[in-house]
Amino acid sequence: MSPKKQVPLIKEFSKGIIRENPILRLILGTCPTLALTTSVENGVGMGIAATFVLLGSNLVIAALRKVIPDKVRIPAFITVIAGFVTIVQLLMQTYLPDLNKALGIYIPLITVNCIILARAEMFASKNTVFRSILDALGMGVGYTLAMFIMSSIREIIGNGTFLGMAVPVLSNSPMMILILPPGGFFIFGILVASAQKISETIDKRSGGQDRDFCATAMPDSPACHLCGGCNFGAGGLNKEINMGLNNGKTAGRSDAQ
Amino acid sequence: MKEMLIILFSAILVDNFVLSKFLGICPFLGVSTNLKSAMGMSLAVISVIEIATALTWPIFYFLLEPNNLSYMQTVIFILVIAALVQIIETILKKSIPSLYRALGVYLPLITTNCAVLGVTVLNITKSYNFLQSMVNSLGAGVGFMLAMFLFAGVRSKVDHADVPKALKGLPITLISASLVSLSFFGFKGLIEKLFA
Repeated sequence: MSPKKQVPLIKEFSKGIIRENPILRLILGTCPTLALTTSVENGVGMGIAATFVLLGSNLVIAALRKVIPDKVRIPAFITVIAGFVTIVQLLMQTYLPDLNKALGIYIPLITVNCIILARAEMFASKNTVFRSILDALGMGVGYTLAMFIMSSIREIIGNGTFLGMAVPVLSNSPMMILILPPGGFFIFGILVASAQKISETIDKRSGGQDRDFCATAMPDSPACHLCGGCNFGAGGLNKEINMGLNNGKTAGRSDAQ
Repeated sequence: MKEMLIILFSAILVDNFVLSKFLGICPFLGVSTNLKSAMGMSLAVISVIEIATALTWPIFYFLLEPNNLSYMQTVIFILVIAALVQIIETILKKSIPSLYRALGVYLPLITTNCAVLGVTVLNITKSYNFLQSMVNSLGAGVGFMLAMFLFAGVRSKVDHADVPKALKGLPITLISASLVSLSFFGFKGLIEKLFA
């Protein structure tokens, strides 16, 4: 039903891990990434919770993709996602009360996490249930992996511990700043820069095709503009807003005349 | 009164929603490219946050809690916010076109702004009363505006700086956000000193 049909199944899974990593390449869902990577336990816990929601919402949305009318699809997606978030919330309250307390407000906020809405809009609403499950698993693993890397750096250097166990040498004088908010922004900046550099190198080695990554991953769609993920630099959201502003301006001018 | 001021200033300065709670990072990074759009986005956020709080607080305490439905909080709140944004957009478009032109483009972006859902949920978890909730929401909105303004100023300088290729775009933006966030550390302890 779409050109995606030709994509081998394994690619649907593996693309989310490195090439289209939701955090480091698509830059989606930055809020929990920055807030919860202060310890490995929180980071990975959030990763798994989000993966569960992503899996559930992709599955249901792919199954209902022919039933949901196009006009109300965004509210419908949000409702499905919020339903799965509620399930996760209730499960965590019962079985993992400590983790639930640590993640706090960010659990209900998975609802507005752009990774999930973007995958629903970009992928699940256009593909079969099986492919959507693979996509969700790949994206979830990529998300959890990125959370793990970032939280390891912050916990080891910023707190001198790893999963609560003291790390020799570093635990004597941890660099507290890294587990505080400024450290979050800083480490994330460095990681995104590294991811850019690495994928650039890989691209060059594999024939040097300079693929416009965001264009393939996130074509024009309301969900993209809602989230503003991906392309903070080269247009995307900003282009849309500047366009809106300019339209506003010209319209204002013509009114004045 | 004192208690209200404490809530307000904590939300604006000490626990700034963007720079220390990390809520609303997407618009903070995406729309802060110039002062004009930062202003528009912030005003839209402040108004939506206030109206959303005014709606969700009574819904939770008069509708959900008495009927043992408080687990439906997330679903109901996000639907209220989504509907609210849609309604505001339609009303503005029809009745105040000039305001719509100024804020209209930012409105659809607000549904997925986690600051809005975050504040409404936080008001409930902190069991604030109605007035405290409204003040906390105002603080969150004004804090968002303050962070956006400061950062838009910083960014206009960063955009002209010559940075290494790998850091161009988002990475250098994040690193400058880190420095702006660091500056807010200066406000730590401010509340205790002012209202002691």
